[in-house]
Amino acid sequence: MIKESKIFDFHVSKTELELIPIGEIDHHTAVEIRKKADELIKEKKSKKVVLNLYKITFMDSSGLGFIMGRYALAEKLGIEFAIRNPTAAVIKICKLAGLDKKIKFEEK
Amino acid sequence: MERIVNEMKISLPSLSVNESVARSVVAAFCAQLNPTAIDIADIKCAVSEAVTNAIVHGYKNTIGTIYITAKITEKNVVKISVRDKGVGIADVNQAMEPLFTTDSEGERSGMGFSVMESFMDKLTVRSRLGVGTSVMMSKKIGVLHNL
Repeated sequence: MIKESKIFDFHVSKTELELIPIGEIDHHTAVEIRKKADELIKEKKSKKVVLNLYKITFMDSSGLGFIMGRYALAEKLGIEFAIRNPTAAVIKICKLAGLDKKIKFEEK
Repeated sequence: MERIVNEMKISLPSLSVNESVARSVVAAFCAQLNPTAIDIADIKCAVSEAVTNAIVHGYKNTIGTIYITAKITEKNVVKISVRDKGVGIADVNQAMEPLFTTDSEGERSGMGFSVMESFMDKLTVRSRLGVGTSVMMSKKIGVLHNL
């Protein structure tokens, strides 16, 4: 029996859809995480999408591409978008791309 | 020329699952330098970028071998090289511009080389069309354990 390891969690409330990717976001894992994220964003039709990154243990520039892609989708659908609880490593790489000037960062 | 006190060589097929393998192997090798958590995070990220480039661009639509070496000098510098025998880069300077990407599908950020440049002390990229690409980067870290 193959054990499926969880790479994605989410939480829906009245105000927002919170996406919680788990583990590493690199070119390899982004494929699956992106698919799940987009399915949920389109299905739940929340007014706000929050990408909660507190469970991320590693992220490279593929993760940046993942964030930028989700942000673009939210913009296209007229939905508010924010990043929540980024780790220090995530903030470092986001600043490198100037993403901190474009996207809202939250602490919760 | 600095004396090399330790080195490792691995080769991996350009499967995306090996991005994580490459990161872990190089991080494990660097542990002997007593790096800080940030040193390791930076090195893992830089290695990940170089290996991903070889997979996504070097060996686009095919599977080839990625050659990774790491060397530690007596001055606590780790020198990492990631090499492929893929398609090569037409214009290296252009490729290294932040946000530049040849990716047509739209999810590549074009920040790979910027990350490598920022997280490592030195970065050198050599490439020849139809022959391959080699990325060499180095970083001075921590303190040598007694060897």
